[in-house]
Order: sequence, then C-alpha cells, then structure tokens
Amino acid sequence: MASAEGQQHPLGIYYKIWILLFVLSGFSYAVDYLDVQGALRWTLVIIFMFLKAGFIVAIFMHAVWERMALVLTILGPPTVLLILIGFMSIEGSYTEGLRFDYMGHDRNAVALTPAELHGEEGDHGGEEEH
Amino acid sequence: MSEATASHEGITGLVDDWAADKQAYHVPWGKAMMWIFLVSDTFIFSCFLVGYLNVRITTTQPWPPQSEIFALSFGGDPIPLILIAIMTFILITSSGTMALAVNFGYRKDKVKTFWLICATAAFGASFVGMQAFEWTKLIVDEGVRPWGNPFGAPQFGSVFFMVTGFHGLHVSAGVIYLMWVALRVKRGYYDDKGFEIVEIAGLYWHFVDLVWVFIFAFFYLL
Repeated sequence: MASAEGQQHPLGIYYKIWILLFVLSGFSYAVDYLDVQGALRWTLVIIFMFLKAGFIVAIFMHAVWERMALVLTILGPPTVLLILIGFMSIEGSYTEGLRFDYMGHDRNAVALTPAELHGEEGDHGGEEEH
Repeated sequence: MSEATASHEGITGLVDDWAADKQAYHVPWGKAMMWIFLVSDTFIFSCFLVGYLNVRITTTQPWPPQSEIFALSFGGDPIPLILIAIMTFILITSSGTMALAVNFGYRKDKVKTFWLICATAAFGASFVGMQAFEWTKLIVDEGVRPWGNPFGAPQFGSVFFMVTGFHGLHVSAGVIYLMWVALRVKRGYYDDKGFEIVEIAGLYWHFVDLVWVFIFAFFYLL
C-alpha cells in the first residue's frame, strides 16, 4: 500500500493496462474510420473515453491504491463540473433556438469539406492530393 | 512518511485521516501538491472544453467536418484522422514507458529509470513535432484562423488553437520537466532522498495523456 516504499506493483498490470489502452484507442479510431454516425457514435466514443480515462487514473496514476482521503480530494471537486456542463448545454440550446427563430439563421446550412474547397480552387498546395 | 499509522482503509480510513489535527494525506508532500495542482489544471481544461461545448451548441453555422480536415494522404486516398490517431498512440506509448519508469525508480534501478524517462520525453517531443506539423498544415494549406475558416463555424479555429495549443504547452513543459528529472536520477541526486519524484513527474505526464483522451474524443471524434 501507499507508504514509505511508495507505489510498487508487479510490472504485469502495467503491461496489461497499456495493451488495453491501445485496444480502446483503436476502437475509438475505428468508430471514426468506419464512419459510425448518430447516437451510436456518441455512445461508443464516450464509453471508450471514460474507460481509457478510468484506467489511466486508476492504474497508471495509482488512484485505486491510494487512501480514500486522497482519492476523494482528487475526484470529488471535478464532479461539480457535471452541473456546469448541464447548465451550459441548456443555456446553449436556448441561445441556438433564439438565433434560429428570431435572427433568421439557416437551420439547413451544410459545412464544406476540404475536398469541395480545393476542388473549386483547382490544384492547391502542390504535393497535397485531396 | 506515514509514521502516524494509517491503519484503516476505505470510509473508516477517510474519517480517521480527517478526524484530528494531524496529517490528512499519508503521501509525500510533493505528491499531494502535484495532485492539488492537477485538480486545478483539470478545472482549466474543463473550462476550455465546456466553453467549446457552449460555442458548438450556440453557433448556427455548421461545424467543420473534423474527420476530413484532419485526414492525411500518404500517396493514395486521404486516410481520415490518421495523424491524430498516430499522436494518440504515441501519447499512450509514452504513458506506458513512464509507468515503467516509476516502477523501476522504486526498485532503485537508475539506468532503466533514466532511459525510460528519456524514451517518454522523446515520445512527448515527437508528439509536439506532429502537432506543429498539424498546425502548419491547417494554417498554411487549409487557411484556418482563430477568427474564421473556409469550412464552417469560425469558432472551430479558436477552439482548436486554444485547446490543442494549451495541451501542447503542457506536453512541452512536461518534456523539459522529465529531462530535468532524468538527469537528476542519472546523477544520483535521489539516491538518499528516495525516488518519489519519478512518480510525481509521472502523475503530471499521465495527466497530460488523460487530457488528450478527452480532447481526442470531444474535439476530434464527436
């Protein structure tokens, strides 16, 4: 346990978590590569994100082996951020609604892709092949 | 460090640790202070990410397609988000070498600790190098600016430069910090003091990786 000797654990657990982080990152990237969209994309990306974050904090940063007094000091305050996130999404959606309803912004505007842009301008940037 | 014997675990231990006028955290003071710093840094990055959430929701212009903007072509068709994926894997690799460095530090294996910290710093430096390449590509080739870009919502540029810039600054600072610790390990500065410093530097490095996990998910993937 956490004491004068510090955090000493078998090497095996680090290798396992290391591989796991690689796999989870690979999954996250696969979500984009396979072009998963909509609610499934959000769900998968956020699940993989929290799993990765959890393993880094728990194992690499040794939080599971620390005493609860320290763990709560680390993890307690950031939970307040959930309230901030909630408030800002509600406020943000309200602002967006006002802009659509009263300021005449276009609900159906579509973003341009690099391919479309560079296609219009012709050959751009020499060695770049878009 | 914990001469006031920390006997109980869990909730009972929590009550014990806070129950009297004594040391509450049974860890070296440097580690407690690093954790306090990291909690404060969490709030800074959270402010940036929540600010990003807010402008992303409020803007009525379409958000630029990150997957295609950060695509890179190696001769053939552009591979979506490939550079960011490589950067993510590099940062995870560096986190792994750092975790091993901490372990070998406590085993007082100075040679391995030194080289593992050096490897971590080298991965960190290559991460910053790739980020510089990414910024250059976006600024010069794609014309992205903090106040606007050709694809869609102008907030894309401001969020991108602020969030990835602040993270890159952390990585750069971490590389310098790690090199400093590595040199001191090699010179035997910690032989008598103990090798907690490697773990403390490791906490900072893992935190940088942790922040990238959130940036990767929220800025690049969603």
